[in-house]
Amino acid sequence: MPETSFSEAVDRALALAMTRDPRVVVLGEDVRLQRRGAFVRFGASRVLDAPISESALLGTALGAAMAGLRPVVEIYFVDFIGVALDQLLNHAAKLEAFTGGRWQAPLVVRAACGGGYGDAGQHQQSLWGLLAGVPGLSVVVPSTPADAAGLLLAAIDGPGPVVFLEHKLLSQQWLDYLGGASREGVQFDVPAAGARGEVGEPPVPVPLGVAALRRQGGDLALVSLGVGVHRCLEAAELLEDEGVWAAVLDLRSVAPLDVQAIVELGRRTGRVLVVDEDYTRGGLSGEVAAVLAEHGVRSAYARVTTEETIPYARALEDAVLPNVERIMAAAHALLVNAPGKRG
Amino acid sequence: MSSTGTEQLQALYLQMCRIRWTEQALALLWRRGLASGEMHLGIGEEAVVAGVVGNLDDRDAMALDYRSTPALVARGVDLTSILLEVVGSPSGLCGGRGGHMHLMSREHLVAASGVVGAPGPLACGFGLAARTKGKGGVAVAFFGDGAVNEGMLMEALNLAAAWRLPVVFVCKDNRWAVTTRSSELTGGGLRRRLGAFGMPLDRVDGRDVESVAAAAARAVARGRAGRGPTVLLASCPRPEGHFLGDPLVRLTSAVGELAAEVRPLVAELVVRPGAPLAQRLSAVKGIGGKAAAVAVHAPARTSDPLRRAARRLPEATSRELAVVARREVETALGRVLGEAVSRA
Ligand SMILES: Cc1ncc(C[n+]2csc(CCOP(=O)(O)OP(=O)(O)O)c2C)c(N)n1
Repeated sequence: MPETSFSEAVDRALALAMTRDPRVVVLGEDVRLQRRGAFVRFGASRVLDAPISESALLGTALGAAMAGLRPVVEIYFVDFIGVALDQLLNHAAKLEAFTGGRWQAPLVVRAACGGGYGDAGQHQQSLWGLLAGVPGLSVVVPSTPADAAGLLLAAIDGPGPVVFLEHKLLSQQWLDYLGGASREGVQFDVPAAGARGEVGEPPVPVPLGVAALRRQGGDLALVSLGVGVHRCLEAAELLEDEGVWAAVLDLRSVAPLDVQAIVELGRRTGRVLVVDEDYTRGGLSGEVAAVLAEHGVRSAYARVTTEETIPYARALEDAVLPNVERIMAAAHALLVNAPGKRG
Repeated sequence: MSSTGTEQLQALYLQMCRIRWTEQALALLWRRGLASGEMHLGIGEEAVVAGVVGNLDDRDAMALDYRSTPALVARGVDLTSILLEVVGSPSGLCGGRGGHMHLMSREHLVAASGVVGAPGPLACGFGLAARTKGKGGVAVAFFGDGAVNEGMLMEALNLAAAWRLPVVFVCKDNRWAVTTRSSELTGGGLRRRLGAFGMPLDRVDGRDVESVAAAAARAVARGRAGRGPTVLLASCPRPEGHFLGDPLVRLTSAVGELAAEVRPLVAELVVRPGAPLAQRLSAVKGIGGKAAAVAVHAPARTSDPLRRAARRLPEATSRELAVVARREVETALGRVLGEAVSRA
């Protein structure tokens, strides 16, 4: 299988979807430059630059989806969805329920998310927990090029609406666009296995709501998604040096959530550590704990999350975002506090 | 020019120089990797900002976008603390937590946001507070031409008009929103849009600091007198592109990058299936046209607001003022570089 970057993988999946299905259109601010490959190949009628009017843009995409198109609508950063939330929350998410399943909106909302490059707390949020809490919305967060391509294909072909979040640290395209490539001495902790990887030709769809076990291990389950998966894999290596076998589960999708995979792994390991770049409260990490409790899984539980507004200064930011040191500390505490099932 | 006119121009020119040097200091910090994230400069906006802010005093408030440093500098916020914030220092204006897109000073009643359109509603709130306090204070919102398509800004303009709030809405029209020409996506055009709320609109050449200052003086006086909001529509250049490292600027400035960018696009011209060739060619032309237009906008070819102001002053005076500004910024920059090095 050929190796490509995360951004190329997304571009390829998009091109494939646009080739197969003339109903797929791309709408968003600056997309004729950002997605210039698709613009040149498919022309002006299928790649439309939007005014800075996210509310109208999301609503337009919804209407178009209801009337038979399959829009991929881009919101620069997920943070900016704030100005258009009504269209997702009260409209896109409600359609199928309000019509008793008779009407669906096959709509993909594409947005960049995540931190680690010093853009501060208004441009680096994750927000997948907030969005996934609304019934009727699917939310996916790929951690590899293959999953990025596969989840995008499944999202475009599915019944929608799906929020597709691309972590900026995985996307060379985004880091370049934001100016990262044009200066020296700036280092971002980009996980190599997330930024580049093998992608099928053609890319293979990845069904929504199916987690991937990235690493086997019986002592401890690290449950994560997006860039967090790579931080977990790094921590798992270090834990192995200490004789601890940690499994790493990549959820890939926040909604629908792969409850079965979480429950099974929780039962098997007896210790669950959720690593979630999103905020602590009211989100994914708490949801995982609730799922375990609801299924009577008696596992020890801890979480490493973003507990406050992401600060601008790189050193402060590094400490606030889930990092390997914090994962290791939380893992050690779990092993000490719940020594029972070790080995 | 009257002697008070000369004095005013001297003060304005000094502010413009302070702004320009500060922006260049920011560029230096960013290029050296000491400032993280994106970096949007206000080079080209000096006359607009200096002309407006020169009319403000301690009663007044400002709501800014992500090109906020010029207004902070002109308003008298400490230069060193601005630069320290941008390098993420704990002694920065916001303790290193806000960064360059979110600079705020409670003391000066100024707050910036990286969300397009956000200055509109905030300025309405500042204006409401000023009117309620009853001391004649006004609020200013600075935003770009692209921002007028953001719903919250349209709502704010209407709210200010309906409540006759003491707000001056300043649209800095550089004709671009990142890589998009605003004229192509602003139905009815900017002037008619901004003029549609029943408040006076003053259109000024934003490279001419004296015109801006005069128009702003009228708008601020209206606000202070309880006669409601005003819109200033000021055209200005965007010589550095949208942000530092702007992809369109890079495309046109580096032949290597251009080749690297064009190659995959050529492949997209022929790969099947896809749109008819004519449509594909017109897409390529569209992208090329944008890159060329940005290149035309580049520094040497635009008329620089600073040079324009300098030409209206005796040469010795303008040179002296430029040196004063430069020294002030260099001193601040030296302190910041020293701090950054000692922290590293
Ligand atoms: C709500 C929102 N949408 C999109 C963006 C991304 N963005 C940042 S600046 C910008 C263009 C703004 O153009 P304009 O208002 O003309 O101001 P300029 O940057 O040209 O000064 C865009 C689209 C954002 N920050 N906020």
